Amino acid sequence: MTATGIGAAVKRVEDFRFLTGQGNYTDDIDRPNQTYAWILRSPHAHAKITSLDIGAAESAPGVVAVFTGKDMEAEGVGSLPCGWQVNNKDDSPMAEPAHPPLVIDRVRHVGDQVAVVIAETRDEARQAAEMIVVDYELLPVVMDMAAAIEGGPQVHDDVANNLCYDWHIGDKDATDAAFADAAHVASIDIVNNRLIPNAMEPRAAIGDYDTATGDHTLYTTSQNPHVIRLLMGAFVLNIPEHKLRVVAPDVGGGFGSKIYHYAEEAIVTWAAGKIRRPIKWTAERSESFMSDCHGRDHVTKAELAMDADGKFLALRVGTLANMGAYLSTFAPCVPTYLYATLLAGVYTTPQVYCEVKAVFTNTVPVDAYRGAGRPEASFLLERIVDRAARETGLSQVEIRQRNFIPADAFPYQTPVALQYDSGDYGSTLDQAVTTAEIDGFEARKAEAAKRGKLRGIGYSTYIEACGIAPSAVVGSLGARAGLFESAEVRVHPTGSVTVFTGSHSHGQGHETTFSQLISDTLGIPMESVEIVHGDTGKVAFGMGTYGSRSLAVGGEAIMRATNRIIDKATKIAAHIMEAPEADIEFKDGKFTVAGTDKEMAFGEIALAAYVPHNFPHETLEPGLDETAFYDPANFTYPGGCHICEVEVDPETGVVEVVSFSAVDDVGRVVNPMIVEGQVHGGVAQGIGQALLEGCRYDENGQLVTGSYMDYTLPRAGDLPSFNVGTHATLCAHNSLGVKGCGEVGAIGSPPAVINAVVDALWDLGVKDMSMPATPEKVWQAIQNAQ
Amino acid sequence: MSYTVSMTVNGKAVSGDVEGRTLLVQFLREHLRLTGTHVGCDTSQCGACCVHVNGTSIKSCTMLAVQADGVEVTTIEGLANGDELHPMQAAFRENHGLQCGFCTPGMVMSAIDLVQENPEPSEKEIREWLEGNLCRCTGYHNIVKSIEAGAKAMRGG
Repeated sequence: MTATGIGAAVKRVEDFRFLTGQGNYTDDIDRPNQTYAWILRSPHAHAKITSLDIGAAESAPGVVAVFTGKDMEAEGVGSLPCGWQVNNKDDSPMAEPAHPPLVIDRVRHVGDQVAVVIAETRDEARQAAEMIVVDYELLPVVMDMAAAIEGGPQVHDDVANNLCYDWHIGDKDATDAAFADAAHVASIDIVNNRLIPNAMEPRAAIGDYDTATGDHTLYTTSQNPHVIRLLMGAFVLNIPEHKLRVVAPDVGGGFGSKIYHYAEEAIVTWAAGKIRRPIKWTAERSESFMSDCHGRDHVTKAELAMDADGKFLALRVGTLANMGAYLSTFAPCVPTYLYATLLAGVYTTPQVYCEVKAVFTNTVPVDAYRGAGRPEASFLLERIVDRAARETGLSQVEIRQRNFIPADAFPYQTPVALQYDSGDYGSTLDQAVTTAEIDGFEARKAEAAKRGKLRGIGYSTYIEACGIAPSAVVGSLGARAGLFESAEVRVHPTGSVTVFTGSHSHGQGHETTFSQLISDTLGIPMESVEIVHGDTGKVAFGMGTYGSRSLAVGGEAIMRATNRIIDKATKIAAHIMEAPEADIEFKDGKFTVAGTDKEMAFGEIALAAYVPHNFPHETLEPGLDETAFYDPANFTYPGGCHICEVEVDPETGVVEVVSFSAVDDVGRVVNPMIVEGQVHGGVAQGIGQALLEGCRYDENGQLVTGSYMDYTLPRAGDLPSFNVGTHATLCAHNSLGVKGCGEVGAIGSPPAVINAVVDALWDLGVKDMSMPATPEKVWQAIQNAQ
Repeated sequence: MSYTVSMTVNGKAVSGDVEGRTLLVQFLREHLRLTGTHVGCDTSQCGACCVHVNGTSIKSCTMLAVQADGVEVTTIEGLANGDELHPMQAAFRENHGLQCGFCTPGMVMSAIDLVQENPEPSEKEIREWLEGNLCRCTGYHNIVKSIEAGAKAMRGG
């Protein structure tokens, strides 16, 4: 391992600009002659617009233009597209109602976009928006999923019973038969709480139209600018790719909430063409709460059948999944192919059957949020396994050890479609047990009791599927795009390298990690490498960053392009050093001829590639610039064990996380410092979900948790320091052996926390605890049990 | 109605015409184009807009530009000496105290003020101090480590 190679904890190259205030986020960009947009949003959860008068706003000071949904519709602007089609049990397609960027005549959630005002300043646009007169005829609101599918008010007239789809996976008959033979059945009801992602950078978008060329440019806070170009260009605005550039510059966090092709992106792009001036829109945080996609929101009933030895026989699951009022880009696949396919977990459960009903309600659309489906699966499984252990009398470690897929059983085919390629769940559990110093728990519990605190411990042994994803697989499951990644490695004449990647960094540190790949492979210093991402005008193509795919898919594409560079450079070296290609060896940045003292540095070959004075041009082209498109053979399967200890104050119900240990198998680790940071952040979001965060609407569809004063984002004082470590088994189907680390923390941690809370309260008679386990809820549960 | 305000920002005398409602953060970002100071919320909770006014950290979304007439402001752009980072900035880099970078300017400005008040803060004191600075990426673990290291460096190692 070199100081900057694979495995080194290299300090991040992007940090200097962020630490000195020189990051370049979308709202930091100003375009010449720029105007500002303000979106008028619905104050009602469900209403018909009976009249919309923009006259006063149009003549307000500074106003350039006001547009409504009817203006966009008249120009043929399309519906915001959904990227994934899930089919019903009978193979008919899901319900897919229209989603215009500005509503036509009906609003379906608080925050729905009603009109856009464009003015010389943001304040003028905002003031004018208040002068728009909208007459709303209130319609009945449907918030509860069970009510929605049983004849509740219709969110969309053309979607009967608000049912987006009724889907299932697994062998129902075999599962039912296994339950009939079971010695014991554990069952549990679960609400996976709706979360609001809250990347610290609010969304922003700038539309820019070049009157000379007719080219459109969109600057936007996106995790996937090429996907936005594809969706917006092809389906919404009918702008061909060569006339539409999408730039996602520095982006301040995403967590899934910046995948979605949002209405505002289409609005500013379209309107900039209309007024022939740039338009900037930046969300205020209040708008973020009511217009960024939300996450999770499942209601589930699960049952686990076991034999007399505690071996799992079958799992039966029924889930209602909230889609919100419209379909976001990825919503349909989250509670199906990213959820139910994970329900075998790390266990040998031979039969799994899951049915999922996806439901429309008068709420903000739901989309992927850190983990997207997999946290819901791991929470369900690890809660029911915890319950099963308590009911059968097995220890939490023993019940898991009895049911783990053995380390020698890979590749392992689950009953729910996935084939795991590698893992060693027993070893990650053992390592976590050591890290968490389990042997001392009883003493710690006794000591806490002396202080009047109830101490509990919770386990979670999870798996996830990421590195999203094989195009052939996802295509057969309804994805409307391929999920490969592209990379171009351009070697310059002096030997420095620019890498163009379709992955997008919004905190993950790609500029560092990807540079390490190049430094390691080509034997050149990291300072000689530049990583370019986030601009469709520079990067040929890309599918972006989500589903922990950047290294496993994007990094692998870079490796493939880099290997092509080495192949080409080898040909050049063979020509110059007058040796057969087979005799050329490349190591530590030098090309040598086997058995001789001839050698050329990588930089010399690079120069020769661009000064090809005596190249045999029929067989050797000048230049050193290679592209690769990599489509993985399978998902990757990180797994691990999280162990949480909490102390509950029975007087107040306050839960304190006193220690948190995580041992994650993320495959080969390129930069351990960055991997640890990713796990820290994921665990913090998981603890947030378990103890603090929960989106709440009232019965009228008003968003009650609409600011940081109401929605409890974890603060530093809410969290402990974490003990994190890794235990690697290598991914079997990519050359780097990497799996992905971005989401493991948020997937593994919530059940560990809640299992710890339940452990602390079990002896008092508290058998279950829903998320978030707020002081009020915990205190009430203790009172009810007594 | 517009008002003329003058202040010293990062050691330089500046002035500009602002509306009465213009916030200090708007003056910094939009008039002076010092875009390192960020706006992450509209309720003065997130702390991304922290700057120093007369040496003390404040949220620049809670102060009107006209209130800042005559003060000395230091923003994140004013900390480093060329390529040489302030010890707190360097500590954040060494300890991976930032990921997306959006909360970072406010974190660093707030952390420096903490150390000015309390040169050797404990982990608990650091976590309590950061109540007004939100981060969604790091889980705060490495921010706390960074501030501990930065405090040590500011004390002279």
